[in-house]
Amino acid sequence: MERRELLKLIALATGTAFIGGDLFLSGCKNAPALGGATFSENDIGFLDEVAETIIPKTTTPGAKDAAVGTFMTVMVNDCYDKKDQQTFHEGIKKLDDACQKANNTSFMKATPEQRTSLLTTLDKEAKEHAKSKGKDDPNHYFTMMKQLTLFGFFTSKPGATQVLRHEAVPGHYDGALPYKKGDRAWAE
Amino acid sequence: MPDSTKVNINNKADQQNTFDAIVVGSGISGGWAAKELCEKGLKVLMLERGRPLEHVKDYKSASKEKWEFPHRGSTTVVQKEKYPVLHRGWAASEPIMDYWTNEEDCPYTEKKPFTWWRSYQMGGRSILWGRQSYRWSDLDFEANAKEGIAIDWPIRYKDLAQWYDYVEKFAGISGSSEGLPQLPDGQFLPPMELNIVEKDVAARIKDKYKGSRHLIIGRVANLTQAIPGRTACQFRNRCWEGCPFGGYFSTQSSTLPAAMKTGNLTVRPFSIVTRIVYDKDARKATGVEVLDAETNQTYQYHSKIVFVCASSLNSTWVLFNSATDIWPGGLGSSSGELGHNVMDHHYNLGAFGMIEGFEDKYVYGRRANGFYIPRFANLFGDKRDYLRGFGYQGSASRQGWSREIAEMNIGAGLKDALTEPGPWTIGATGFGEILPYHDNKISLDKNKKDKWGLPVLEMDAELKDNELKMRKDIVAELKAMFEASGIKNVYPYETYYSIGQGIHEMGTARMGRDPKTSVLNDHNQVWDAKNVFVTDGACMTSAACQNPSLTYMALTARAADYAVEELKKNNI
Repeated sequence: MERRELLKLIALATGTAFIGGDLFLSGCKNAPALGGATFSENDIGFLDEVAETIIPKTTTPGAKDAAVGTFMTVMVNDCYDKKDQQTFHEGIKKLDDACQKANNTSFMKATPEQRTSLLTTLDKEAKEHAKSKGKDDPNHYFTMMKQLTLFGFFTSKPGATQVLRHEAVPGHYDGALPYKKGDRAWAE
Repeated sequence: MPDSTKVNINNKADQQNTFDAIVVGSGISGGWAAKELCEKGLKVLMLERGRPLEHVKDYKSASKEKWEFPHRGSTTVVQKEKYPVLHRGWAASEPIMDYWTNEEDCPYTEKKPFTWWRSYQMGGRSILWGRQSYRWSDLDFEANAKEGIAIDWPIRYKDLAQWYDYVEKFAGISGSSEGLPQLPDGQFLPPMELNIVEKDVAARIKDKYKGSRHLIIGRVANLTQAIPGRTACQFRNRCWEGCPFGGYFSTQSSTLPAAMKTGNLTVRPFSIVTRIVYDKDARKATGVEVLDAETNQTYQYHSKIVFVCASSLNSTWVLFNSATDIWPGGLGSSSGELGHNVMDHHYNLGAFGMIEGFEDKYVYGRRANGFYIPRFANLFGDKRDYLRGFGYQGSASRQGWSREIAEMNIGAGLKDALTEPGPWTIGATGFGEILPYHDNKISLDKNKKDKWGLPVLEMDAELKDNELKMRKDIVAELKAMFEASGIKNVYPYETYYSIGQGIHEMGTARMGRDPKTSVLNDHNQVWDAKNVFVTDGACMTSAACQNPSLTYMALTARAADYAVEELKKNNI
C-alpha cells in the first residue's frame, strides 16, 4: 500500500491539518453527522469570488475556471463534520460583514483590490487563530476556504494540467530531471 | 425408485463437489497455492469469501483522472461513520473504498486496540499490498533459538532459498544486489532508481557509518521489464487501485492467469469457509464446509488436501471452528498455541527533514517505491537494550502545491509560488519487529456475530517493553542519521499505531518442531491433520522486520511441492 502517501500526509499535517481529512490527522473526534444547511446559487457565486481572489486568473486559469466554488460546497456537504459545516456557513456571512466594515460594500460589489486586501487580513487572522486555538475550538472559516480553494484548484483539470504539469502515464522514472526556475511543478 | 434417484443426485453432487485440492483464500498465498497445485496437475477449487474482481475490467477507478473523483480522493462523513477502522490511517481513500471489507457486516472485538484492514474480494490484499519484497536470512530464522524466545523455527534459510528464487522469478521483483548478510540478494529485475537526493544521502550514510549502514532502493514487486503477459511498471503510482498494465504482482496479474491456463482451476467467489471437515479416524480433513455469502446456503466440498490461505487471522478463525467435537479449541489447538503469538510490524514513526540545494534537479515519473535502510540494530557487534531490530522505508521529494508558504498569503504571488516545486524534503518510517508473545492472542467472541451469524474474532494483543524501547530507538536513530547526513530541520514524529495496522499480521498458527508447542510442522502441515496446510502469515514463528509477503509466497510454493510429493507417495 502507498505508505509514501502517509509521509506526504504527515508532512502536510506539520503545517495546518487538512480539515475534514483523516480523523487521526485532524484529531477530530466529533461524531460526524450531515447537517441541515445547504448552499444557494448565490453562495456558490460568492465562494467562486473568494476562491478567485485567492487563486486569480493570470496568464493561466484561475479558481473560477476550475469551478472551485461548487467544489467547496461538495466538500463541505460531504466531508465536513457538523461543527465544521456550521463554521463554514457562518463564515460566508462573517466574511461579507468584514467586507462591509472595511469597505462599506458587500464582498460581491467590492473591487479586486478591496477583496485582496480583505482576504490578506483574514488570512493573517486565520493563521493566528490556528496557532492559538485549543484542540476543540472551532477552525477559522477562512482556513477552510483557503484550503478548499488550493485543494480544489490544483486537483482540477485546469489546475493540474494548465497551471501545474500532469502526466497520466509517465512510463519511466528519472531521479535527476534537470530543473530551472520557472518550470512548473508536477500536479502529483 | 425414489431412493435411487436421490442417491444418484447426491452422488452427482458429490462428484461435482470433489476436487484434488481446495485452496481457501485467493490473496497472495492462496493464489500461489492454486497456481502451483494446478500446474502439478491437481484439480483445484479456490474459494474466495468476497466478490469476483476481474483483472483490468474491474479496476474501475484506475484510469480516471484525479479531477473525475467528486472528492478528489477524500472520503466522506458517511464513509467515516461506516469505516471507522480504515479511518485510523491512510487506508481510507476515495478510489479504493470498494476494495475494503464492509466493517458493519464484518465486525471484530478489540479487547485491546487492534487495527484490522481487510479486503474480501478476489485477489484479497494482493491488489492493495505495498509490494515491498525482502528475503529473510538465518539471522531471522535462528533468532528465536539463539535468544531463547518462543520456539525455534523448524526451517533455515537453506530450506527456503531455492523457493525465494522460484517465486521471485515468476512474480517479478525489482531490486539491487547488495551482498548484505541480513538481507540476502535474490533473482532481481533491474532496480528502480534512487533519486539524486536519495543517492546523496546514501553516500553520506555510507561514509558516516563506515559502510555499516546502507540506504538502498526498495525491492519491489513492480516490473522494471515486461515479462510474458505483463507490461512493465508505468510509474503512475496508483498500484492499489489495480494496475491496468499488470505492472505489479497480484493474484489477478500473475498467479490466477497461470492457474487458469492449466484448465485445472475452479474458482468460487462468495464462499465463506466455515470449517474444515475432519475425519477423526483417518486423522485427516475430507474437505470444507462453505456458506454462500449471497444465498446463505451451505455446501460441502471434498478434497484430498486443503490449503488454508485465508489471511493470518482468518486462517486461524477457520481452524478455531474446525474439528471442535474432538478439540473444543479447534483444529490445531492441541498444541495450546492456536490463536497465540500474534505479531505485526510496528511503524508510523521516524523523522522528516529538509535538504539544502539540488534546486536544479527534479524528478520525472511517480515511482511506486522508495528507499530502504536495512536493519543494523543488534547485528554484527551492535548491541541495544532490546532484542531484534527494524528497517526504515521512505523517500525524498520536492514539495508540491500543498506546502505552507509562510510569507505568501493570497493572490497571484501565492499562485505563482505554488506553481513551482518547493524545496527537497526527506522522510521515513521505521518497521520494527514484534516478538512472539504467548499472551498476545486472538480468540472467538461468541457473543458477537457477523452478518451471517458467525462468531467474530476478539483481538487481545499489545506492544510490550521490547517494542516500546525499540520505538524510542527507531526515532532517535533516524534523527541522528539524518542529522549526520547534513539534513536540516530534522523533525522526529510518532503517530498512532495499534497492532495490525502494519497490515503484516502474523502468527496464531505457528510452525515448529514439536506438536506440543506448535500448530504446524516444518512443511506447514497441521500436526493433527497432515493433509491440511496453512501457508499464509498465520504460520510465522517470528516476525523479523522485513515485509513478509515474499516469504509467504516461498513457503506456499515449497509446501505445495511437498504436498504433491506426499500425495504421490500416498502419505497424505
